[in-house]
Amino acid sequence: MSKTPLHFTLNGRAFDLEVEPRRTLIDVIRDDCGFTGTHAGCEHGVCGACTIIVNGETVRSCLMFGFQAEGATIRTVESLSQGGPLHPLQEAFVEHHALQCGFCTPGFLMLAVGLLEENPDMDEAAMRDALSSNLCRCTGYENILKAVKDGAQRMKASHD
Amino acid sequence: MTETRQPIIGQSLTRLEDPPLVRGKGRFVADVSFPHQLHMRVVRSPLAHGRLLGIRIKAALALKGVHAIWTAQDIADIGPIDFREGKIEKLEPYRQPVLAQDYVRYVGEPVAVVFAEDAYVAEDAADLVELDIEELPVIVEADAPPGVFAPGLSTEAAIVTQGFGDVEGAFASAHAIISLDLQMGRHSGVPLETRGAIGLYDSARDVLELHGAAKVPHKNRESLARMLGRTTTTLHLFEYHVGGGFGIRGEIYPEDILVLVAALRLERPVKWIEDRREHLMCANQSRQQRHLISAAVDAQGRLLAIRNEFYHDQGAYPRTHALRIAETTCGILPGPYHLGAYSATGYYRLTNKTPCATYRAPGRYETNFVRERLLDAIAERLGMSRVDVRRINLIKKEEMPYARPLSVLEDDVSYDSGDYEGLLDQSLKAMDWDALQESLKARRAKGEIVGAGFALFIEKSGLGPTDGAHVNVDTDGVVEVLTGGASVGQGFETVVGQVCADILGADYRKVRVVHGRTERIEFGIGAHASRATVMTANAVAVAAAKVRAKALDMAAELMQAQPGDLDIANGLVFRRDAPHGPSMKLGAVASALRPMAKTRGAREPGLSADGWFESEHQVYPYGNQFAVVKIDPATGAIAIERYLIAYDIGKAINPMLVRGQILGGFAQGLGGAIYEEFLYDERGEPLSVSFADYLMPTLSETPDVEVLLTEDAPSPRNPLGIKGAGESGIAPVGAAIASAVEDALQCTGLVRQLPLTPQRVKAMLKELQSRRGLPA
Ligand code: FES
Ligand code: FES
Repeated sequence: MSKTPLHFTLNGRAFDLEVEPRRTLIDVIRDDCGFTGTHAGCEHGVCGACTIIVNGETVRSCLMFGFQAEGATIRTVESLSQGGPLHPLQEAFVEHHALQCGFCTPGFLMLAVGLLEENPDMDEAAMRDALSSNLCRCTGYENILKAVKDGAQRMKASHD
Repeated sequence: MTETRQPIIGQSLTRLEDPPLVRGKGRFVADVSFPHQLHMRVVRSPLAHGRLLGIRIKAALALKGVHAIWTAQDIADIGPIDFREGKIEKLEPYRQPVLAQDYVRYVGEPVAVVFAEDAYVAEDAADLVELDIEELPVIVEADAPPGVFAPGLSTEAAIVTQGFGDVEGAFASAHAIISLDLQMGRHSGVPLETRGAIGLYDSARDVLELHGAAKVPHKNRESLARMLGRTTTTLHLFEYHVGGGFGIRGEIYPEDILVLVAALRLERPVKWIEDRREHLMCANQSRQQRHLISAAVDAQGRLLAIRNEFYHDQGAYPRTHALRIAETTCGILPGPYHLGAYSATGYYRLTNKTPCATYRAPGRYETNFVRERLLDAIAERLGMSRVDVRRINLIKKEEMPYARPLSVLEDDVSYDSGDYEGLLDQSLKAMDWDALQESLKARRAKGEIVGAGFALFIEKSGLGPTDGAHVNVDTDGVVEVLTGGASVGQGFETVVGQVCADILGADYRKVRVVHGRTERIEFGIGAHASRATVMTANAVAVAAAKVRAKALDMAAELMQAQPGDLDIANGLVFRRDAPHGPSMKLGAVASALRPMAKTRGAREPGLSADGWFESEHQVYPYGNQFAVVKIDPATGAIAIERYLIAYDIGKAINPMLVRGQILGGFAQGLGGAIYEEFLYDERGEPLSVSFADYLMPTLSETPDVEVLLTEDAPSPRNPLGIKGAGESGIAPVGAAIASAVEDALQCTGLVRQLPLTPQRVKAMLKELQSRRGLPA
């Protein structure tokens, strides 16, 4: 199958690729760019494990083709701390035991980052509602909600 | 610096596992690739039962990038998939071939396999493989009359029985006999990470490797070596991060064997990553049983005898666990109660559906539901309270250890310790039970459909018999704990790290725990049946104590003291009487013990030791769960207003992690109680093959849970007193919710089936109305 050129910025780095038009964005990010922190749990848009931020919006990368990200600015979980200190939400996830196997974690982190960047004052009901779009099979969610609530405070504090 | 020894066991420390996982630096099997790898795609049966007449691969093979396509005849020398515990004569002829031979027996059964340069191409090619299958009649219900598996073989592959006492006599003289017909639906672990496997053959060293192992790498190595005709020394399994295990991940499936054989024969690495649809059709399902259960009771409600007859839906083939769930169902059903006599008969039947195996709390989720429904029904019949009927039957604290002539996992049942009634009282108090009854009654009088229920349960964990570990301190003071355990995301590294750090006196953050690598350690029991904590942690404790003794001995000589004068904390050896005085780092002690170090004297080189732990019996943690529910008559939805989990863990290594296990298990149990069900149509076609059809609880469906974690009954069967936590959250959820729903409906015996989906709840409401002669 013929390949078409694709350019985007991923976690601050410019990528200049050639990919088949049918390749999904998650496969491009994982296999062509080597950022394997984004996970595929269902590949049909339900679990949210593949959540990333494209041009400031949270999206499910299994539901996009790579070519649809032409010219985009993309952030994945690897962008949150880049080897430096943990992002406030990452810290909160560790401290509240919001992960067990950790497979869903990148998706939840990026979902929460996206939500809180857009609305730092989100109330609990809105958080519950928004976080219900992702699946976790290990934690029973309570600690994820706690971590996001606490992470929201930490994010605000780190901006002050 | 002042040194004092602070306990590390029992602290809610953050996990050693977390930093890479939150940074997106975890490594799951799909994240691993090898140069020149091929991608494998499995061609699967579209029919639930049929005779395989032909497979046409020509068009698929012609596709650019396709390297090879195999059918059963290409691997005719590879036998069917073995049982984990070795040979089981009567089940041998029922084992699943790696690729279907003459028959297909479930939708999704592997029939052919494509190897290609690219995963997309492999999928294209698999679509081009044409199957010629003559459709045969299907069996989709285990309680239907048995049919023919293969010429001369019935689909009733086995009948399992256990029992004791004079059941007939007890029934003949009973004050009352209470009978129920109960069905448990089919659901499963469904980890968020799908399965995956990579085969790699190193021809230079003649070593075959399976990457992406989980659960029981060492046992699987033995099985795979047997099947492939290799020595275990030349076959290695590698575990990466595992995105949830729950009993179903890490079993040997056809795909594991295919990647290995292909890597050997094609001499290229072969990678297979399952997609979600495949997972929901092919990975082990679980739980489906129908129980016909009767109790004979005296006038006070004492259980004189139970007759437990059940149909176990195994799906199309036995899996590696063989008969274990059916046997556990027999052995554990009586739970925490006295029982005069008992007979259990399980019909282990094959159906044309996905094969089943163990899922977190196998045999317990089912039997807790069945037994606790029975207890509620007895209470109703005798006009007793649901609490009193349990009190009169509970095994008392003074009777421990309590043995009965049953077995679970080939281990004679002997409850080690526990105060079942004491914990029940704690929960009743926490729930303010009597007041709760009153308030629910008042709400029901106002027309609300609300109720409360509960279930008592016994768990079992830590089946041995033996596990070992090796602890080594390097010259920088980093402690490596080498185990044959496995991590499925439960916090194994943290728990083992805490035990090691506590006993040795090391800095917990400097402990590195190795697991799931057969090339590093010869033996290992892996992670199943909540045994990792009990067995492996105790073995680590033994090894750490030896290392500590060796460190003290060496340091004493260097510090001119007696070993008894010294202590170790945070990786520093210091004098007890002078904690501010001179100290020595563990790394320096390790240096003094290097092979060429003169300081070593006659001591064996290295600051390291092996430890072994043996256990004769399993341990039996216990608990109870309470639910308050409200039913919406319009939608049939069940809302959980309150949920309490009381559990005696014996001794918690890390209470935060125990709580996490409980909450996570609860959410899965909730799924099985209300939402999750693998449905099939009458032709055996699976209907739940995406997350849109197989509904798992999200945050919205999962209520907050109160956890009452006690340490009243440490196990006398291991020095750490621990009992295991993996299955306590899930095991009685179906039972407790069913009890609460019946209370809400004020009608015992109405809940006959799990899950309680909105449709079933509405059907029950309708039945209730017609029973009570009300207009529908
Ligand atoms: S993998 Fe994209 S939503 Fe599940
Ligand atoms: S931590 Fe395992 S799926 Fe969420």
